[in-house]
Amino acid sequence: MKYRLLYFASLCDAAGRAEEQVASDARDVGALYAELAARHGFTFTPDRLRVAVNGAFTDWNYRLADNDEVVFLPPVSGG
Amino acid sequence: MFAINEAPIDVVRLHRGLEADGAGAVVSFEGRVRNYNDGRAVNGLSYQAYTELAEAEGRRIVEEAHAKFAVERVICVHRVGDLAPGDIAVWAGVSAGHRAAAFDACRYVIDEVKARVPIWKREHYVEGASEWLHP
Repeated sequence: MKYRLLYFASLCDAAGRAEEQVASDARDVGALYAELAARHGFTFTPDRLRVAVNGAFTDWNYRLADNDEVVFLPPVSGG
Repeated sequence: MFAINEAPIDVVRLHRGLEADGAGAVVSFEGRVRNYNDGRAVNGLSYQAYTELAEAEGRRIVEEAHAKFAVERVICVHRVGDLAPGDIAVWAGVSAGHRAAAFDACRYVIDEVKARVPIWKREHYVEGASEWLHP
């Protein structure tokens, strides 16, 4: 399946890009994060991150569909 | 109303948005860029947002403020981009019939925005380094 990833803040720096298309066998966001963390050297453990799919917050067990837009959100620091 | 702003925050214009005939109290909060943090001299901040989700979550917070407090108008705007010390990074304003609800709602909005809205700041230090803050 193909997914579109957006990266922000330090995850953007670590990945070296703000977005990418990935082909992956991962079927849930937890498996997808493990795969991308290994590829890009992300150091956040999942408990430090939130997940959004197609512009809405979701959870780590979310079942992905082809062409989903997935975002792993590092701890926020607005204000 | 909640918005992510690329342009500088226009406080006078935002205050006009709080006007209402029943508004006996108006409270606003400005979060400004400070020239130090954690003992290090800071000469600027860069803010980045996941705009689509930030605006959706910000609107939810404003709706929650309307539901929880007896308020007339609730407005919050957050900057993105490169800011210098003294610049306004976030502005929250509330009008209400009475001051207690206005203070409480304004505090609620700014606290929830800082905790929940997907916005990140990168601090630029006077000695040259910079880093994203992920509390």
